Amino acid sequence: MTQAIDHPSVGPLPEVSHGLWALGWRRLRKDRVGMISLAIVAVYVLICIGGALGFVGATWRDEVAKPYAPPTLLQQFIPQGAELTGENIRAANADDDAGRTGLAPANDPLAALLAGIGNGADQYRTQDVERVQTLILGADQRGRDILQKILKGTSVSMFIGLFGALCAITIGTFLGALAGYFGRWVDDLLMWFYSVFTSIPDMLLLLSFAAVLSRGINTVILVFALTSWTGTFRLMRAEFMRHKTREYVMAADAIGASHLRRMFVHILPNVSHLLLVQFSLMTIGMIMSEAILSFLGFGVGITQTSWGSVLAEVPAELLQGYWWQMASVTLFMSVLVTAFSLLTDSLRDALDPRVG
Amino acid sequence: MTAPAPLLSIRNLRVQFRLEDGDRLEAVKGISFDVGPNQTVALVGESGSGKSVTAMSILRLLPPQNSEIMPGSRIEFAGKNLLDLPISELRHMRGSDIAMIFQEPMSSLNPVYSAGRQITETLLLHTSLSRAEARARAIELLTEVGMPEPERRFNSYPHELSGGQQQRVMIAIAIACEPKLLIADEPTTALDVTVQKQILALLAEIQKRRGMSILFITHDLGVVGEFADRVVVMRHGLVREAGTTETVFRDPQDAYTKALLNCRPRLDRRPRRLPTIEDFSGTAAFDAGPDQKRGYGPNDDMILTVGGLSKYFPIQEGLFRKRMFKAVDDVSFQLARGKTLGVVGESGSGKSTVGLTLMRLHAATAGSVKFDGVDLLGLSARDFRAYKRRIQIIFQNPYASLNPRFTVGQVLTEPMLLHQIGQTPEARRQMAQDLLARVGLPASAYHKYPYQFSGGQRQRIAIARCLTMKPDILICDEAVSALDVSVQAQVLNLLQDLQDDFGLSYIFISHDLSVIKHMSDQVMVMQNGKVVEQNSSDAIYRDPQTDYTRRLLSAIPAGLADAGTGSPTKSAQNWP
Repeated sequence: MTQAIDHPSVGPLPEVSHGLWALGWRRLRKDRVGMISLAIVAVYVLICIGGALGFVGATWRDEVAKPYAPPTLLQQFIPQGAELTGENIRAANADDDAGRTGLAPANDPLAALLAGIGNGADQYRTQDVERVQTLILGADQRGRDILQKILKGTSVSMFIGLFGALCAITIGTFLGALAGYFGRWVDDLLMWFYSVFTSIPDMLLLLSFAAVLSRGINTVILVFALTSWTGTFRLMRAEFMRHKTREYVMAADAIGASHLRRMFVHILPNVSHLLLVQFSLMTIGMIMSEAILSFLGFGVGITQTSWGSVLAEVPAELLQGYWWQMASVTLFMSVLVTAFSLLTDSLRDALDPRVG
Repeated sequence: MTAPAPLLSIRNLRVQFRLEDGDRLEAVKGISFDVGPNQTVALVGESGSGKSVTAMSILRLLPPQNSEIMPGSRIEFAGKNLLDLPISELRHMRGSDIAMIFQEPMSSLNPVYSAGRQITETLLLHTSLSRAEARARAIELLTEVGMPEPERRFNSYPHELSGGQQQRVMIAIAIACEPKLLIADEPTTALDVTVQKQILALLAEIQKRRGMSILFITHDLGVVGEFADRVVVMRHGLVREAGTTETVFRDPQDAYTKALLNCRPRLDRRPRRLPTIEDFSGTAAFDAGPDQKRGYGPNDDMILTVGGLSKYFPIQEGLFRKRMFKAVDDVSFQLARGKTLGVVGESGSGKSTVGLTLMRLHAATAGSVKFDGVDLLGLSARDFRAYKRRIQIIFQNPYASLNPRFTVGQVLTEPMLLHQIGQTPEARRQMAQDLLARVGLPASAYHKYPYQFSGGQRQRIAIARCLTMKPDILICDEAVSALDVSVQAQVLNLLQDLQDDFGLSYIFISHDLSVIKHMSDQVMVMQNGKVVEQNSSDAIYRDPQTDYTRRLLSAIPAGLADAGTGSPTKSAQNWP
């Protein structure tokens, strides 16, 4: 019955001609949720590029506010602790016995040393840095701007997600294509390799790679690429097995196309829409994994920031009631993950090759 | 004579589909016809004619999210308008009053339940029989539809049954509740000719015995001639002609009906050109010209000599044992330059495997293929490349054999790139456009994608792709089987013209004996991987030597006009 609709018998040829990608794009454009998600993801990608080029979040390390400065809008509602000054300390010492040892100065072995330090201190001038009382999203323990920090973290996390997914997809596609297309011993060998990888729990594999290699963004990307190719491998293996017996591939063989050409020029474009869906799924997964890895201390280096390393600071802060860093990072992360997931669904609908 | 009230009466049926881009496509444009009690009506049309949509509308089986039966349409069954019935009442009618069988028996049966269980299921759902009674009734039904060993087959699973047996089970399910109307949607299209003949005979017998009505939907006017009382011919959502089978076959009024009756190659004649629809749209009578003479001549140069070709596929049995399945077993033949060898056989006869093995798309198990004196099977892959372009193949399914992600231009220039034909991209483009014109496609096709073309047009693209390499031999593997009758004639004419112009040699593989007869000089009949008979085309049809060939020939649906003296076996009521 679909034939009746899709293929009217010999009729005039339609005027405009669109590739399947163009058709997919047309379908996606009609999907309101998909387009909104796409816009959100695009903003994040811009942040990611901006961060990598140093336009966004470059100053995240500067300690510009007083520690745990609250978000501007909520300033009134959050009880402010008084900042300690030199006066406070002296006053406290004066009426407090806590610092006294109960020893006569002559018997105190540290007395001379302390006196020396006190004299030396006079040689230095203390400069009071102007610390702001409040920031848009507040500040962390060291008074760093949470907005800057999270923008930079977003950039790093996105970068890891996108590049990790790209590397994993490349490895998975290449090996999957080989296994599915050639079959026989090539397939046996690669499947054996695959089984070894999948027999180890994912997190354990991630952690062992991370423990062996040193910390850093590049390491995280490498670790993800080496551990996450398996899903794509399975998918591509199955797709190539299915496609290699299709008549259009036999026709390509008949006209003399080589194996590599059949694999990557003829078959690959026919499965590439699956790769795009797989890519966006995997990006989300990697952003989440990065957060876990950095949270556990195996992720990005200590001089770098990412959503995971920000989250790692959160438990200690929450105990003291400073919730805004957690709220900000959670918001940034969940908006992206939700938008990306919705976009993935829309992509799947739009690229579903019912035509053809 | 006062006609009895019709059982099913369709009046002004209009069905629209909502397309993705918001447009609407009117698949059925206001058709009307009747099916009387105890009558077989054939609804005939090519793809896109709206015949299946009509059948689905009767039981309201069309997907409601993208289709709409327009107001003003009426489908009356025994006096009730089915379009107004609440869905619960209609559901009760489905299967009990009106039953339906579909084209693909394998996908219509549930693979995880036994055949018997699927019949009893229907009985338990619509009747008040007990389980044991239902079982007994199911075995009766299996006996009625001519299933061998019905007791044992009751417990068989669908995959254990052959295609014909599966369709018998489907018929048993359909007639289980003694419906008044059976809608059969292309029930024999997926079956071999010999099986098709049995199923048609069975349907005719059941119809007569039970006094029910059948609405038989088919694309092939040939099969309904001996079978239907009335014929309704549809095209593009309109009824072109309706009448008793005898009048439609003997004295067709509509140009399209005439074309359908004459486009099929015939067994008794072999015109140079087959008539196409265009030939009947004008007023001038079609003149096919003198018959084409066929057959190898004594001085023919043999371009291809195949000896003892075999292809075995290993089948794993148990853990260590392997059995060899002999798909092609010791096949020898010769192909003369500029002539056509027809290879005919039913599904599973190994005829397609012969083609694929010749081209080394499968590795041969044994045998030799001498092409201009060189044994192709003995060449290394590198040496074979030079010969590869000289043997080309056209596949059956024009929807699958073109890469959906390539434009037609890419499809055509790809082989040129691979074989360094044409110096510059501009030269290749020019050659591709010339070929498009040669196979009858407009130049604008160059930038389009395969999905924008109909089946016949795609097959033309596939032919053009082969021609880019200027091959000597073209293997046509069921190349016209998936096409509509009218398009089939056009493509066959095109292939004939190309053979005349370029001196191509064809190996024409088909299950369709009329097409083989029309195209071939020499015919090879295959069964179970072996050559049963091989002779010149005229001789084999005039004087078949083996039982198998005779059986194949007798199973060809004769149509009415071809049957000559054959009068319709049933009394065609004048209706209405």
